[in-house]
Amino acid sequence: MTTATAYNDKVVRQFTIMTIVWGVVGMLVGVIIAAQLLWPALNFDIPWLSYGRLRPLHTNAVIFAFGGCALFATSYYVVQRTCHARLFGGGLAAFTFWGWQVVIVLAAITLPLGLTQGKEYAELIWPIDLLITAVWVAYAIVFFGTIAIRKVKHIYVANWFFAAFILTVAVLHIVNSLALPTSMLHSYPVYSGVVDAMVQWWYGHNAVGFFLTAGFLGMMYYFVPKQAGRPIYSYRLSVVHFWALISLYMWAGPHHLHYTTLPDWAQTLGMVFSLMLLAPSWGGMINGIMTLSGAWHKLRTDPILKFLIVSLSFYGMSTFEGPMMSIKTVNALSHYTDWTIGHVHSGALGWVAMISIGSVYMLVPRLFGKEQMYSIKLIDVHFWVSTIGVVLYIASMWMAGVMQGLMWRAVNEDGTLTYTFIESIARSYPFYGVRLLGGALFLGGMLIMCVNVWRTIRGAKAAEEPVMAPAH
Amino acid sequence: MSSFWSGWIILLTVANIIGAVWLLWWTSRMTAEEKATETTGHVWDGDLKEYNNPLPRWWLWLFYLTVGFSIIYLVLFPGLGNFQGVLGWSQTGQYEAERERMDERQQAFFSRFAEMDLAQLAADPDAMSAAANIFGNRCAMCHGSDARGAPGFPNLRDDAWLWGRDPTAVLASIRDGRTGVMPPMVDSLGGEQGVAQMVEYVRSLAGLEHDAAAAAAAAPLFPVCGACHGMDGTGMTALGAPDLTDSAWLYGADRAAIAATITRGRENNMPGQLPVLGELQSRLMAAYVLRISGQLGD
Repeated sequence: MTTATAYNDKVVRQFTIMTIVWGVVGMLVGVIIAAQLLWPALNFDIPWLSYGRLRPLHTNAVIFAFGGCALFATSYYVVQRTCHARLFGGGLAAFTFWGWQVVIVLAAITLPLGLTQGKEYAELIWPIDLLITAVWVAYAIVFFGTIAIRKVKHIYVANWFFAAFILTVAVLHIVNSLALPTSMLHSYPVYSGVVDAMVQWWYGHNAVGFFLTAGFLGMMYYFVPKQAGRPIYSYRLSVVHFWALISLYMWAGPHHLHYTTLPDWAQTLGMVFSLMLLAPSWGGMINGIMTLSGAWHKLRTDPILKFLIVSLSFYGMSTFEGPMMSIKTVNALSHYTDWTIGHVHSGALGWVAMISIGSVYMLVPRLFGKEQMYSIKLIDVHFWVSTIGVVLYIASMWMAGVMQGLMWRAVNEDGTLTYTFIESIARSYPFYGVRLLGGALFLGGMLIMCVNVWRTIRGAKAAEEPVMAPAH
Repeated sequence: MSSFWSGWIILLTVANIIGAVWLLWWTSRMTAEEKATETTGHVWDGDLKEYNNPLPRWWLWLFYLTVGFSIIYLVLFPGLGNFQGVLGWSQTGQYEAERERMDERQQAFFSRFAEMDLAQLAADPDAMSAAANIFGNRCAMCHGSDARGAPGFPNLRDDAWLWGRDPTAVLASIRDGRTGVMPPMVDSLGGEQGVAQMVEYVRSLAGLEHDAAAAAAAAPLFPVCGACHGMDGTGMTALGAPDLTDSAWLYGADRAAIAATITRGRENNMPGQLPVLGELQSRLMAAYVLRISGQLGD
């Protein structure tokens, strides 16, 4: 079989394996810093292990290393299958893999050293930013090139979402990272003051909207109908929720800056567009879950489908919570509390991680020429362990967050605060304990996955799959 | 913001909302012919197909509802460029209104203490409970929630008073703040050995275990210290120079801490609270400090 007639699955296999590896690493760092919040001595007075440096390492590792590798793997797999064509661009795909791994390793070195731009989710210093840009341009060429050489007329819905994710993340990354270097390790952003804050959160929220939502919806639109063996519920729902989602998300950033020096009008627009995002977000959830109609019984026996469908439920839950938290009155209570951390993790663990885990369980046997995973039972165990972990995590952070918000705003008759800040921390400790347990369970689930994947691919030969001819 | 940018924002906002509503309306219409079709007819990757089910009604109305809410909100509140909204709301206005309400409440609460002197305040349970709250909010971060201080931050419960123990001095410390400066003395004492000997002398003043020979060697040099600390080492409240003969040690009594103080000097600052607390609450806090240190009250 010549290479032109087979799918390029080597790069998919590489990204799939690294998804699992970085998932374990990123979540392990998360568990460590959750423990540090309970027992600060766990930084051992070593600067590289201090909370302030490990926290960005955790967020970068889970979002860009774990989530990023999952998106590369699935988008490369899906775009080939739904375009009936081998990946465009020859060695460029391999460059995106190795380039992305170098970015991750550099992040893992520089962040503990304290080298940072100080912008949340955009901490990496400018030389790494340049490498990210190069990798991302290559990614865009490979993806859109493959779309261009497709053998079917219609572009499959999953590819709309992957395309929106790739294009928008390129724009976000470049605009937010514009900086004047002062040395190899340091730079100043070109923006200042509240403009810098607005650009940062325009980036920050769209990183959620496009990296962590649109990209993973692309994943959902392939793996859910495939695993359910059912057609997508509604094409017109895909159309309306896609365009509404990507146009409305762009405005949502200012809700991170309520009651700041950001002008009132910008805050208001951030809030109302976040509210209007509720229905488009739920459109994706409905289209995914309703795809299962007529095949509900499969949920009883197929743990992979459980991962996929439960992830959509968490997606629906956190996209209800998000618009609610963007309302100024609610935000005045929730902002700066652990409620935000809970919200982020109901999206990150419940939605992003679980849809990725389900997709990886589908990919691994297909990529390594196996009928199915080594143990379906272990997938089921993984599902329950991680579901319990997510629920413990977000429920404890909800309670801690609402409690903190109420304690911070409680005022005595004499005008003083009823509680000192440290009292709110002391009261948060039990919840931090539950959160640590939830996080540790989720990490434990990932370790179960490692065993299962290892047993599946041990001794397996990489499968070469011919490009399928279009249906008509 | 110039009217151009204001217009630009309004245009983009309105266009995006109208676009979303149009899209919703357009995709929610469905012809009889379309309804009859099973799937869209497209097939990918062997078995990927799409139904074209109508938009769920409840979802459609949820979308319209959020759009309707947003339009009403943009009429009422500032959002569309320079348009301030018909309610005249602003976050600055909201802050000022809340602030005013709080000030009124506070005034009503504190007015009953206005005529009291420090002794009366210290004996009034309501005044002291409010003072304890203020202490937790404003003072505890340096002096500790138990008011027993920390290295560099005076213990307010002992009987050592850097700036004097009388009520006027305590009130002045709280109201206007204090800056205490001890200059580096290493050169005046002739280097490290001189410092080490002076450490022994200082410890001898407080009656702590010390090397008598070294202390005796340092004694002739003490007058350079005595300029502030007094020739007998009992301190000088006018300068905030500590009494070296008592058992209170702002930075610790171990040899390394005393040597560091002598070698490099110290600079310490207590910020004045008048701008934050005002006159009445400053007096309340003076009464509180005098009470917890055992000078006033019962």
